[in-house]
Amino acid sequence: MRAHYGKVTAAFAMISALALSGCSAGGDSTEAGAEAAPCEASEGPVTLNFTTWVPGMDKVVELWNAENPDIQVQVQTGPNGNSGTYQNFFNQIQAGNAPDLGQVEYDALPNFRVQDGLENIAGCEGVADAQDKFVDWTWGQVTFGEEGSVYAVPQDSGPMAMYYRADLFEAAGIEVPTTWEEYAAAAEQIKAQGSYITNFPKQDVNWFAGLVWQNGGQWFANDGENWDVNLTSPESEEVATYWQDLLSKDLVSTLPSFSDEWNASFNEGQQWTWVSAVWGATTLSDGAPDTAGKWAVAPMPQWEDGGETAGNWGGSSTAVLKGSDHPAEAAKFALWLNTDPEALALANELGGIYPAAKSATELEAFAGGVDYYGGQNIYEVFADASSNVDPDFTWGPTMTQTYTDVSDGFGAAIGGSGTLMDALENGQQKTIDSLKAQSIPVAE
Amino acid sequence: MTAAPATASKRRRGGSSTAHGARNRARGPRQSIMSRSAAMLIMGVFTLYFLTPIWWLLTTSTKTGGEITSTAPLWFTADSAETFLANLGRLFTYGDGLFGRWLLNSALYAGVGALIGTIIAAMCGYALAKYEFRGREAIFNIVLSGVLVPATALALPLFLIFSRVELTNTMWAVFLPSLVSPFGVYLARIYAAASVPGELLEAARLDGSGEIRTFFTVSTRLMAPALVTIFLFQFVAIWNNFFLPLIMLRDQALFPVTLGLYAWNSQISQIPELRSLVIVGALVSILPLIIAFLALQRFWSSGLGAGGVK
Repeated sequence: MRAHYGKVTAAFAMISALALSGCSAGGDSTEAGAEAAPCEASEGPVTLNFTTWVPGMDKVVELWNAENPDIQVQVQTGPNGNSGTYQNFFNQIQAGNAPDLGQVEYDALPNFRVQDGLENIAGCEGVADAQDKFVDWTWGQVTFGEEGSVYAVPQDSGPMAMYYRADLFEAAGIEVPTTWEEYAAAAEQIKAQGSYITNFPKQDVNWFAGLVWQNGGQWFANDGENWDVNLTSPESEEVATYWQDLLSKDLVSTLPSFSDEWNASFNEGQQWTWVSAVWGATTLSDGAPDTAGKWAVAPMPQWEDGGETAGNWGGSSTAVLKGSDHPAEAAKFALWLNTDPEALALANELGGIYPAAKSATELEAFAGGVDYYGGQNIYEVFADASSNVDPDFTWGPTMTQTYTDVSDGFGAAIGGSGTLMDALENGQQKTIDSLKAQSIPVAE
Repeated sequence: MTAAPATASKRRRGGSSTAHGARNRARGPRQSIMSRSAAMLIMGVFTLYFLTPIWWLLTTSTKTGGEITSTAPLWFTADSAETFLANLGRLFTYGDGLFGRWLLNSALYAGVGALIGTIIAAMCGYALAKYEFRGREAIFNIVLSGVLVPATALALPLFLIFSRVELTNTMWAVFLPSLVSPFGVYLARIYAAASVPGELLEAARLDGSGEIRTFFTVSTRLMAPALVTIFLFQFVAIWNNFFLPLIMLRDQALFPVTLGLYAWNSQISQIPELRSLVIVGALVSILPLIIAFLALQRFWSSGLGAGGVK
């Protein structure tokens, strides 16, 4: 769910340039608002291929295979999307041998859509009616707001809240912040005690996007024809200026997130809060075992006193990839996978999935308190957050590039050259250039 | 790195040292203490530089996920042995023994691939060195230019070709491209030219031996040190090959160990327990390379020596 960028990305950038040049020659990559193709069931037994990187998904599929002898699904597990699987999908779509179904994160879906890599399954049985079963904003992610179009079935989501060290806040007599203003004030007090309120991760640009999302900002918009790039909106600027201020005053650490030193910093009590997604719960409990029982979860700090907005970080969908011979069966399986209570429970147990289905709140796994968080039922907080995520947020078609450019700028800002806002301005320009280079229309 | 230049330099030294060899050896080398210790210091620094990561890998593989960050990074913990065994046990049982499967795949790709690849490279290099035919230099130059093209750049075209013949996501997709080694051809040619005397081949022909038989019974023995070198290089290259399997394979059961560990590593944020498995797995995955080097080193160096006294 979390994106990784590194040397591999550079290698893929080169390869994808090759793949893209091949693709645009193919023609209809900019076709918009396609009619839902008739979606007819295949005759006789079919076998579907499904590529995912959620651990344990093979076990979930075994449940399906046992009940559906005529629609057998074979699971292939690989590295996560940005670590190679997406590029493989694009190569395979081009070669005409892509799997029927693939896991695609929300922020990668527009890229697949623009390159015509997804089947429109809106006409398949049960798909149109499924809208009510999913959290609103996740449905917006898989339809792109196009009429009569559904390109994937939401799988999981990453509503955000604030993990905090309840014990430290109480011992120090600092109020747990409910607004970003209080958060900054708390940061100063915590720094005075020799610790950090949190870590600013330069490579987690999608985390930063989650904060902008909470603030009601939009990085991208598509009117059906042109893409509007808006990394530098006032909402974005507010978030960037806020964190720049914390960075300039050295109130937050700047460790590479999910690294060993980052884990150690949490484990040793150097970090007092982490504004993160629901899936971060296990990251924390595994990376910082010595702090068990001392954490708690509160809603994200707000920009306005009394606000209730939340951001989202991560989450993915099950997409039917272009060229599938059995879209009807694939859609049926995708719906089952992401709504069936038994499947959701098992996917959560084995793969740590926080389902996008509304019925997730009824799952036993989310019902009780969690010892690591002092017995608090943290999933109530996340369920609330999930319903407070702005449904209209749109990702762009070149997120890997955007992330890389903004991340480079964040790195420079941390090093003292430039600011976070400079990084966003640079990312804005690079993104527009990159879209134009791929002949994707951009609104000026 | 290459056997051929090393042989040549040995031969040179062998030649010049015959006159003063005995006396020099008795008095020891003439270098000053200063330059010797400087050389030792530089070598020591590099040894440290190369061995520290492996040492870290060794110590870290004896820790549980939580201990990785909370204990001294380059030393063991009190219950290292038990934790290490427990880690190993989990490594080989996680996901229905997937890791063992990956090791076997790697052994198959690298072992068989390097063996066949060495034979092909040896035959090709030998033919280029020992037979005169039209276009020989042109063929050799084309093969040599293959050394310059990085394997990564070939992965995508290979994928599209293999898609055409519906061989992606099969063992063949990784196996077939591993069989060719332009560098091996180069090495085999140089070595065959230097170590297989044309007179010997003439003699074999007069005795009625066919060309193929001569190659396998006479020439390969003379070329043995080069063949071991080619085999080792090929083995290491295939064992460490990552990008080609990444693009070609979808089915986990076909992954080599490099790709498998990479896939696990990319899932750590979701399944943190994989962290310690990736580390132990990385340690286990380099053992075959170390074993291959130690086991074949004897042939390699004795061969070099034999080539030196002509």
